Amino acid sequence: MSAERISRRAFAAGIAALALADRAGAQGYAGLGETADGFAKVVPGKIFTFPADHGPHPEFRIEWWYLTANLVDSSGAACGLQWTLFRQATQPGLQGEGWANQQVWMGHAAVTRADTHRFNETFSRGGIGQAGVTAKPFAAWIDDWEMKGSERTDDRTLAPLTLKASGTDFSYALTLEADRSVVLQGDGGYSRKSERGQSSYYYSQPFYRARGTLTIDDKPVDVSGQAWMDREWSSQPLDADQTGWDWFSLHLPGDEKLMLYRLRQKDGRANLLGNWITPDGRSAEIKDAGNSLTPLATTDIGGRKIPTSWRVNLPARGLAIETTPLNPRSWMGTGFSYWEGPISFAGSHTGIGYLEMTGY
Amino acid sequence: MRRALWVLAVLLSHWRRHKMQFATLLIGLIAATALWSGVQAINQQARNAYDRAAATFGGARTAMLVAPDTATFPQELFVRLRRAGWPVSPALEGRIQLNGHSVRLLGIEPITLPADVGNAPRLGASDLSSFVAPPGQTLVARETLADLQEQEGAALPISSGAKLPPLHVLPQLVPGVLVVDIGVAQRLLNKPDQVSRLLIGKPRGKPAPLASIVGDQLQRVEPNAETELERLTDSFHLNLTAFGLLSFFVGLFIVNSAVGLAFEQRLPMLRTLRACGASARLVNTVLVIELVALALIAGLIGLACGYFIAAALLPDVAASLRGLYGAQIPGQLSLRPEWWLAGIGISIAGAIVAAATSLIKAIRMPVLATAQPRAWQQRQRRWLILQSLAACAVFAVALLLLRYGVSLVAGFGVLAALMLGAALILPALLDILLLMGQRAARKPLAQWFWADSRQQLSGLSLALMALLLALAVNVGVSTMVETFSRTFIGWLDGRLAADVYISASDNAQGVAIRNWLKERSDVQAILSGGRAEAQVEGQPVELLGLPDHALYRERWPLLETAPRAWTQLVPGNAAFISEQLSRRLNVRVGDVIEVPAPGGTWELDIVGIYADYGNPRGQLAVNVAALIRHFPQTPRTRIGLIVARENIPGLIAALHKQFALDDRSVADQATVKAESIRIFNRTFAVTSALNAFTLGVAGIALLTSLLTLANSRLPQLAPLWAIGITRPRLAAIELAKTLSVALFTSLLAVPLGLAVAWCLIAIVNVKAFGWRLPFHVFPLQLAELVAVALFASLLAALLPVARLARMQPANLVKVFANER
Repeated sequence: MSAERISRRAFAAGIAALALADRAGAQGYAGLGETADGFAKVVPGKIFTFPADHGPHPEFRIEWWYLTANLVDSSGAACGLQWTLFRQATQPGLQGEGWANQQVWMGHAAVTRADTHRFNETFSRGGIGQAGVTAKPFAAWIDDWEMKGSERTDDRTLAPLTLKASGTDFSYALTLEADRSVVLQGDGGYSRKSERGQSSYYYSQPFYRARGTLTIDDKPVDVSGQAWMDREWSSQPLDADQTGWDWFSLHLPGDEKLMLYRLRQKDGRANLLGNWITPDGRSAEIKDAGNSLTPLATTDIGGRKIPTSWRVNLPARGLAIETTPLNPRSWMGTGFSYWEGPISFAGSHTGIGYLEMTGY
Repeated sequence: MRRALWVLAVLLSHWRRHKMQFATLLIGLIAATALWSGVQAINQQARNAYDRAAATFGGARTAMLVAPDTATFPQELFVRLRRAGWPVSPALEGRIQLNGHSVRLLGIEPITLPADVGNAPRLGASDLSSFVAPPGQTLVARETLADLQEQEGAALPISSGAKLPPLHVLPQLVPGVLVVDIGVAQRLLNKPDQVSRLLIGKPRGKPAPLASIVGDQLQRVEPNAETELERLTDSFHLNLTAFGLLSFFVGLFIVNSAVGLAFEQRLPMLRTLRACGASARLVNTVLVIELVALALIAGLIGLACGYFIAAALLPDVAASLRGLYGAQIPGQLSLRPEWWLAGIGISIAGAIVAAATSLIKAIRMPVLATAQPRAWQQRQRRWLILQSLAACAVFAVALLLLRYGVSLVAGFGVLAALMLGAALILPALLDILLLMGQRAARKPLAQWFWADSRQQLSGLSLALMALLLALAVNVGVSTMVETFSRTFIGWLDGRLAADVYISASDNAQGVAIRNWLKERSDVQAILSGGRAEAQVEGQPVELLGLPDHALYRERWPLLETAPRAWTQLVPGNAAFISEQLSRRLNVRVGDVIEVPAPGGTWELDIVGIYADYGNPRGQLAVNVAALIRHFPQTPRTRIGLIVARENIPGLIAALHKQFALDDRSVADQATVKAESIRIFNRTFAVTSALNAFTLGVAGIALLTSLLTLANSRLPQLAPLWAIGITRPRLAAIELAKTLSVALFTSLLAVPLGLAVAWCLIAIVNVKAFGWRLPFHVFPLQLAELVAVALFASLLAALLPVARLARMQPANLVKVFANER
């Protein structure tokens, strides 16, 4: 089983292991390259409607609600956190009632400081209420982890929200505010992952301002900063020969945002894709020649060589930066493991962001 | 390189000319490896069997939440608890009618099932989707499948007309239960959205208190129901491990004896090689290479033999070769790579350790010295003294460990030192015995008989040591096993005195059940018990309320009692104390204990001490009526019943029906007891078979030594023949000699074996668990073992003696012609 490799937003990770491993063995990593027979297909030209699209799309195989936050505590020290809910359907077709429901849910939560990285995961079946998502009023939950809206929540901005999760040795509670609409990624929300048509629907809210409390080893501290949510769903987001990816979400100066990722293929080639988002929320795909993403230094984690520092060059956009991890050991040792943690960058632009690397 | 090959060829040519010697060397190595690996395999298998028997999905080893008044409760409570951060997983249990049988059906939720649910069999990742997704699976143990007379994959209809998901074997599963997804169970049992219990996993953070989430709808049940039995089995495992260690000792001696003798035989050849110009280093290197190669071959054969021995010994088993490929099938051996590596390692290490002295001898050998097999005899005295001194040193270590050692390792150390010391001192003791025989002998032939026996000692000593150890292990282990088995069965009888146990949900139901039971003719007696907790001298102590019934008087495992103890117990001012607690508090019969009770201090005369094997908590047993008087809050929900065996199933079914009690509240102890005893007996049987095998191997060691010695002894025997003693007479003398040293050895092995058993029972067990088993000696068993040992020696001596009796006179004459 090509189990060690996982895809963006680890989503495949635990769930595929739990629910699909025997079938998934064949295709790509952890089932993300499986054919989409019986599930809805991702086609260009979708008109997104909110709040409906904030809710689940069970006719598609996989989906996630993925939030990362770059924060500072009251002493000025940087930290980061992750809150993720994954959904995966084990079978296509009509949604079963109660335990017969074919959805499986997985939650990942993590906090990162320069000196520590803590994480936890949890699983749930669909259909019984232990985990799920509703569009209006917005709520995404698994066990006692939740990302929740209220009467005041604006469908356009998906804010304000409250967020909480806890592990054995950490917990956090945040409020998220945003004054701008969510942003469609790719080409109007259609994100193409391979030349053979694998793709997903993808939008983000990169403009959250976050404030709350982060508790590590029973010591609570006040934190505030920026957060970024990704929403993505698909039935076959990756091609069978794609082995993993390196994914950046960067808060640039002047409230510009950059989403950038590299899909690595078995033959060693890698596609560099992304969107540049202006402060007014306009999003444009990055397709220019000469763009490059180069590993600078690696960290050895349990025998894996993880490229935790990078050089990013987008000549057409005048961007040339080098990124540094807040904690190079931000390893998510969950059912299927990956690296995910806050980074900072300097060069032509200075700022902070999040990096996820899978398939190493 | 060429030279090395030539040396190797010369060394190997020795084996071509001495095929028997080669065979004995190989047999020795094979036997040792087979013994070791067989014990290991069986030990492993026994553990697996216990683990499996003790584990069900969310059996009594897991803390759980249940509804106090009803058999099931709404699933919504599960979701509410999960949403509040409680790491719970739902299970629904019930019975279904299948092919006319009533079968237990257990619905589980595999995704939330705590990873630390006892030793519960885990579903592999790849099994999960087939278990959860339609049509799902019904997991069964292989035995259950056989009981149902069905094939894997069959989808069985149940009485309601619905169909079970296809049957799928999960080997580690406990027999007698069908496991399905909880959704399937709800449908089949017609209990939509209901669950029987919630298993509690490791909490992620600090969830809110139970009552603040579900009020009093659920209560927590701590895991403790099986711990006593579990700890007793742990003790048995430990003793099996000790047995493995002892077997290893025996194996090492056997290898030592085989390799050592083979080297002695080749000393003249080594001398010749050295004289021809081969360097000492070269000869030694080649010797080591030859040895490792032999050990490797013998090790592999030994492993295969060990596997077949274990397979043949395992109960109810024809272990198939599938085990070799890792298929986890209970009743079939599953061997891990570690097992193979350890076996080979033992074989090679054993051979090298055994050959070390011979190799050193070969290095130091002066080129021109004649090789003298008879040099043994000249050095014998010095050697005996040195070895006896070493033995004394080892015994001193054993004494020191016994006196000052506190850990379990020290306990094992005592055991090992005792065995080693006894083996080392054996030749000296035999020498003394034979010397006494020699002094007493008057006739020349008799004197020669004793003197020659003494001279043979050094040649036979390794084999005799192996025999001594094998016998001692036999004595020790059979005594231990017999003691264990008696104690265990007696204790089970006492502690699980009633045939059926009922746990009512509250006092009101308890009363209702009692009234209902009184009307039934199949219930011979109703015994009400109770339990309370108290703090005595700062320690938590359990107070056990015993009903006043003849059954308890007959069976309760009292170790020490005051006169009329049971009569004294009834008024309520006397108690029995558990062995552990009496040790901890240093309380004897006749002392008084003060127990703080809600109504004031309760003074209790101690009138008896009882065995409470395996219970980590201290316990006091009092009259149940007195307990309720002093602890009015004691729930009156525990009811024991005396019921004829054949009436048990009917009664339990009626209880299920009448009071909606589930399997957790009604326990058929008669069946539990019978099953426990069956499992234990099975292990005991395996151990006895292994014992027999150990003895057989010691016999082989004796045979190899005798065969090797036979040739070198011709120069001693030929002169006797020449002065007129016939070959049959000579053979008879030889036989008598072997049997007499074997008899001495066997007699010495008896006290040693008893000491080993005492070590196991009184040191190792106490160090590991804090309680000791009573020590019994079984004389008949001992006599039987000595007889068996003599028979094995007789068999071993027969072949060389028969050869001597039929030896061509020409061979004997040749002795005078050949200069040796």
